[in-house]
Amino acid sequence: MATEPAKTHTEPVEDWATDYDIFDAGYVKDPFPTWDELREKCPVAHTERWGGSWMPTTYEDLRKIAADVEIFSSRNPLVATVGEPAEINPEMEERAAAGAPPISSDPPVHTWSRALLLPKFSIKEVSGYEDETRELCRSLIDGFIDKGRADAAADYAQQIPSRVIAGMLGIPQERAGEFTEWVRGFLEYGLTNVDVRSGAAMQILSFLNEQIQERKANPGDDLISYLLQAKADGAPDPIPEPHVLGTCFLLLVAGIDTTWSSIGSAMWHLAQNPDDCKRLIDEPELITSAVEELLRAYSPVTMAREVTRDAQYNGCPMKENDKILMNFPAANRDPEKFENPDEVILDRKINPHIAFGVGIHRCAGSNLARMEMRVAIEEWLKRIPEFRLEDPEAVTWAGGQVRGPRKCAVVF
Amino acid sequence: MGRRPGARATQVRGGVLAMRIKVDTEKCEGHNRCFVVAAELFELDDSGYAHEVGDGKVPAGLEEKARLAVTNCPEQAISIDEDD
Repeated sequence: MATEPAKTHTEPVEDWATDYDIFDAGYVKDPFPTWDELREKCPVAHTERWGGSWMPTTYEDLRKIAADVEIFSSRNPLVATVGEPAEINPEMEERAAAGAPPISSDPPVHTWSRALLLPKFSIKEVSGYEDETRELCRSLIDGFIDKGRADAAADYAQQIPSRVIAGMLGIPQERAGEFTEWVRGFLEYGLTNVDVRSGAAMQILSFLNEQIQERKANPGDDLISYLLQAKADGAPDPIPEPHVLGTCFLLLVAGIDTTWSSIGSAMWHLAQNPDDCKRLIDEPELITSAVEELLRAYSPVTMAREVTRDAQYNGCPMKENDKILMNFPAANRDPEKFENPDEVILDRKINPHIAFGVGIHRCAGSNLARMEMRVAIEEWLKRIPEFRLEDPEAVTWAGGQVRGPRKCAVVF
Repeated sequence: MGRRPGARATQVRGGVLAMRIKVDTEKCEGHNRCFVVAAELFELDDSGYAHEVGDGKVPAGLEEKARLAVTNCPEQAISIDEDD
């Protein structure tokens, strides 16, 4: 831990290469010019703000750092460290000791905790949730279509992933609104306020712990029940309960903000690009590559790594415990890798984007996220083929480590 | 751009072009992009890791799909062998 108080000041940034601020309002709204400048000038930027971190911005650097799991550990995938929380419930702290595996773990724990999850997130398994996702999207649209306007972020995008993951975990969907707020507390409001973050984490953990106890008494065909009896090579048998809790925590937290942000960004893009809407309606088979392209252009997620020992990387003197911001979104706009990276080309042929990360921590829920995006766009365009932003200036964005629109009013 | 990771130089010596693909299972992280662009050429195991179908020989007419699988793989895990 740093001995000096973390630098969290809100003075304007003068030099993004040496003093970037991922929470700067202008950057949250439009980070792309900054990334272009950094890639040219200083592809691995540094800041002392928010506890300090390094930020690579090129595709190759992101790939290399993600591949080196020995030097760049995933033991703490969130970046901002702004002191210790005021109060921690000791019992829950003990239960939460497993972290949120596999995202917060390195091999060997990572290997078996990921092996437990992957079969439940295959293309085939995920397709089992498609019909109910479609039904959910339709009922959301029913709720606002007669009004001629809607908030595509808050009334639509935000409502989808929380209910889908609740369904998978066997959690009552009526509580989706409640745990969406907890997740925002953890990943959004809490990213710069450790008390808010730990409070939200405790609420999520207590809630999930109740669910786990309930599932032990009455197993069902949901993911929590599955994890309680799952087996994998190298894994303890049974899986320790704190581990199950940590994985459920991950599924809830990682499955909500991220997908909601990508659906929201997709809607924001489509609202301003009627030609793309028309094209998707006329050529529905383009949806698969369109989803990949929207993921590339508006990648929501920036995870973090922690340096395990002093090391030079591209001339940067990295010290043990330094944080690395894995700027996958910037990598996906790298002109060295993608032709016309700032253009959204729905049928882009060559698109090896790393919106879901790259290497052993590739997002385990990527097929689920893709299915939700595809279904959300398809159902919207079936009912609302023409729509536009009510006021482009009124759109608000969340940023930091998950970027996406939070208010995005559209009219149709 | 214009670079095809893993692709070797094409050598045609008057014969019929034969193409063979191979997934490096050490590199595959289960993005499933190859399967989505070329379901005829790849299969996935229960965890989503990819493998080439059969001996990896690409049937005539599917060469373009094979190349798309190579260029869309974020892990650069797929290679192509082209010879006569």
